[in-house]
Amino acid sequence: MQVDAAAVQRIARLARIKVTEEEARALEQELSGILDWVKQLDEVDTSEVEPMTRVIPMTLKERPDVVTDGGIADEIMANAPVREDHFFVVPKVVE
Amino acid sequence: MTDLNKLTLAEARDGLRRGQFSATELTRALLAAIESANTSLNAYVLPTPEIALRQAQASDARLAKGEARPLEGLPLGIKDLYCTKGVRTTACSAILDAFTPTYESTVTQNLWDAGAVMLGKLNNDEFAMGSSNETSCFGPVTNPWRRRGSNVALVPGGSSGGSSSAVAADLCLAATATDTGGSIRQPAAITGTVGIKPTYGRCSRWGIVAFASSLDQAGPITKTVRDAAIMLRHMASVDPKDSTSVDAPVPDYEAVLGQGVQGLKVGVPKEYRMDGMPREIEALWQQGIAWLKAAGATIHDVSLPHTKYALPAYYIVAPAECSSNLARYDGVRYGLRKSGTDLIDGYETTRRAGFGAEVRRRVLIGTYVLSAGYYDAYYLKAQKVRTLIKRDFDEAYRTVDVLLTPTTPGPAFGIGEVGGDPVQMYLNDIFTVTVNMAGLPGISVPAGLSSEGTPLGLQLIGKPFGEETLFRAAQAIEDAAGRFTVPARWWAR
Repeated sequence: MQVDAAAVQRIARLARIKVTEEEARALEQELSGILDWVKQLDEVDTSEVEPMTRVIPMTLKERPDVVTDGGIADEIMANAPVREDHFFVVPKVVE
Repeated sequence: MTDLNKLTLAEARDGLRRGQFSATELTRALLAAIESANTSLNAYVLPTPEIALRQAQASDARLAKGEARPLEGLPLGIKDLYCTKGVRTTACSAILDAFTPTYESTVTQNLWDAGAVMLGKLNNDEFAMGSSNETSCFGPVTNPWRRRGSNVALVPGGSSGGSSSAVAADLCLAATATDTGGSIRQPAAITGTVGIKPTYGRCSRWGIVAFASSLDQAGPITKTVRDAAIMLRHMASVDPKDSTSVDAPVPDYEAVLGQGVQGLKVGVPKEYRMDGMPREIEALWQQGIAWLKAAGATIHDVSLPHTKYALPAYYIVAPAECSSNLARYDGVRYGLRKSGTDLIDGYETTRRAGFGAEVRRRVLIGTYVLSAGYYDAYYLKAQKVRTLIKRDFDEAYRTVDVLLTPTTPGPAFGIGEVGGDPVQMYLNDIFTVTVNMAGLPGISVPAGLSSEGTPLGLQLIGKPFGEETLFRAAQAIEDAAGRFTVPARWWAR
């Protein structure tokens, strides 16, 4: 068992997902089961292996550092759940 | 002319060109088929008949003027992971709510530019996370196939289960899909359809809701190999809006279909012969080997030693990337919003309400493996194993041109039959996930029926950008195996 209830709550906090105590108990089992299963990778000797960074060898594309888009505030705001003019409305964060 | 919806994409294209029917007639036939089937199958989450008929009318005008584009008037279904301008796009997650993009994905734009008609948005597992289409916020999709003598509802595979079900039930001529660990090939295999995941970078990911960015690729699910070749040609492009889009011209895949497999070197990886593999899967594989041999290919044993580590490595890499990609759903800029006692509580409440159980599980796993102190042990380790998996393939391709394997460990299972332990569901992707980990192209072709009378598929895996070879070999299997169509249209009202 790698993940206990406190760890589930800590991870859930990092992931910004509310988890009830009952859900945390179920997740303890599920997450531990998955993590135990993936631990079989420890059988593989990777001491001399580079981590993969891309599947197809290519250099990242570049383009001139100029503005190519913009002036679409209406479009950006179109799906906002709460808005005022061109502003997203969020709860007060600074007292 | 009746039953226009049963035509293949190529047959419909040729019929339209010859003026045997109009794009409007064809589109109406498909809309009627959707209307009568969708209550039973739940393949479409949003039919778009007005758009379809408007596009069909425009296509008829072009056909009349002799200005037909390559896919002129051909009605398609679009997986709900593709952003469609002005048409609700949800990835089948409650967190996207009624999100309506103000832009079009590159792949769908390519299809509309080629003249295709949009029938609607197709169901899928929530954020493409699943192998049975049971995690969609719109409910499960039903496979049009049933076990012989049974009424039990079977899954159409996942995550592109709406696509596979709709193609198998003739509710579209072809469908777009996406594949992160097998989500095109596994549903194709268990619905008797063809599905190809091209090389990573062949199709633009721009405008497709992201799951695991280093693994996600777009591709089609179709009725035949020819149709897959037609679709992929018009989905693929070089796109400056996707930095991983590869700068290589798109070949005319349809042109190579008749070239056969004479002299083609086909590898059979011994590590895919898993313990406890059902005899009918083994028999199907042997049948595939025999077909390719009879068509002139040579068969070679190869070894991919790290195969068994692909799935556990995937279940580190994919959740890690998903936890990062899904961080954007905060209830502020778009999608669902639930209020909380403060900003953080608002995020937590929104994400609890908007994400389903499997998505939450994967975000949590991903958050854990990326968290301080665990990164090296999990994510870095998995990316190193991924290098070894890729190296295995590179080694095999020194001696062979293409690999042949089963697509899935078994036929379609019942809705609700594989529950409880999440790892049991993950094992569905055991033969497909290696391909995503190495960025290679893979195609599933219908090859036979299980003892239950439901479809099974064979998978061909190619070299990077070896799609033409895949289509040639897939055509040889289709020529030998024939097509598999659903025996009874029980779903039509």
